[in-house]
Amino acid sequence: MRLTCPLCGDRDRREFYYYGAEDYLHRPVEGAPVADWDNYLHLRDNPAGVTKDLWYHEAGCSQWLLVTRNTVTHEISAVELVAERKA
Amino acid sequence: MRYSGLKVITEGLLGNKGWTPAWRDPAPKAEYDVVIIGGGGHGLSTAYYLAKNHGITNVAVLEKGYLGSGNIGRNTTIVRANYFLPGNSEFYSHSMKLWEGLEADLNYNVMHSQRGLINLFHSDGQRDAFVRRGNAMINQGDDAILLDRDGVREHLPYLDFDNTRFPIYGGLLHPRGGSARHDAVAWGYARGADKRGVDLIQNCEVTGIDIDGGVVRGVQTTRGAIRAKKVGIVVAGRSSQVAAMAGMRLPIESHVLQAFVTEGLKPVINHVISFGMGHFYISQSDKGGLVFGGDLDFYASYAARGNLPMVEHVMEAGMTLMPMIGRAKVLRSWGGIMDMSPDGSPIIDKTHVDGLFIDCGWNYGGFKAVPASGWCMAHLMATGESHEVAAKFRLDRFATGHLLDEEGTGSQHNLH
Repeated sequence: MRLTCPLCGDRDRREFYYYGAEDYLHRPVEGAPVADWDNYLHLRDNPAGVTKDLWYHEAGCSQWLLVTRNTVTHEISAVELVAERKA
Repeated sequence: MRYSGLKVITEGLLGNKGWTPAWRDPAPKAEYDVVIIGGGGHGLSTAYYLAKNHGITNVAVLEKGYLGSGNIGRNTTIVRANYFLPGNSEFYSHSMKLWEGLEADLNYNVMHSQRGLINLFHSDGQRDAFVRRGNAMINQGDDAILLDRDGVREHLPYLDFDNTRFPIYGGLLHPRGGSARHDAVAWGYARGADKRGVDLIQNCEVTGIDIDGGVVRGVQTTRGAIRAKKVGIVVAGRSSQVAAMAGMRLPIESHVLQAFVTEGLKPVINHVISFGMGHFYISQSDKGGLVFGGDLDFYASYAARGNLPMVEHVMEAGMTLMPMIGRAKVLRSWGGIMDMSPDGSPIIDKTHVDGLFIDCGWNYGGFKAVPASGWCMAHLMATGESHEVAAKFRLDRFATGHLLDEEGTGSQHNLH
């Protein structure tokens, strides 16, 4: 599997660290109810198909990436910079 | 039909014409007392113990493929009871006791072999942790023996003891650990359940769960609707999808775990060996193949195959530990879909729907748990109360903070 980093180009999977589902981008605010934290940390849609998850380009540009990919075929359809997405 | 040595001999003399199918192939009835979704190891053992322990025989097991077509046939067959945390320890201890009586109970040869499991350690700190784990195992009533370097050498003279990165300091020997024939476990439970009246229905995929007023009423399947008073979800790698049919979002992320087997060799590895620092473990099957595996591929996946970086890593770890296997040829590799929970421990619990139960989150430790998982799931479904050895496997423990993080690695799904 290879990921195309928006900054570094087409790179080997081993350059990246997988963190988890997109849910990690939606951190609850301080004082949020326990259910929100449970959703954020534990509960997952976990689709067999297209999903979005977070990868860190550890051996490259050190950017966090939001990757759209298929969990059944391993096909990657989009890679976005998390930093730009928030801006 | 009861299987025995005498039966094998007489059938051999009579041309093997007297063997009958090990289970029926019934069409689904319109209604059952209990429907189990999933005809793998855990689903079949649940059905078996519902019938045997609780006398509930109006039961159907619905399997979308063929019996035992999922992870029960895609694992590395290790059986052990070397857990540390209260909540896990008594459960796996119970499972080990069931394994020890399983063949007599099922009248089926599951080739359970207590050849001994050795977990290697490579530092003073790791030794201390293993002493503590070994004491927990002994306190639980199981067995553990701390081996020093020479002790390990007596058992496993072929390891590379002087490896500069991970020199072997010793190992924790679990004599009752070992392995079993994975497919035979599914077949034995299937046969036992069928004999007690359970309908095993294959090629029957569940497409919906009927819920009315917060109470489960049955399931929709590719072979029609089936009404049921109670429904159990026991589907391992597809837990999130089936639970979603009941409106649930599970604390599960699915990952692929690879394993490998070499060509058949003469007996060379007599134990199950685990090399935690290299994420590598190995045993030799009765057929002669070296069966070994490593860690997850680390990203969420439903592809029952892995990627090459982990293949390379596992081979490197194997060569680091025991250079003697370098010339063995790998015959096959495969991947199984692990339902990873955020604390690495499983779930056997009721759900928010009355009459709907779930057994999932086995991470990559599901095989050894097959007997006790079925035992405890059957107990829960029959009595409505958690079995005492599975009382901490609660679905809501992540929200309440009662985690069972055996490895102490935090709440990230792929780190267990």
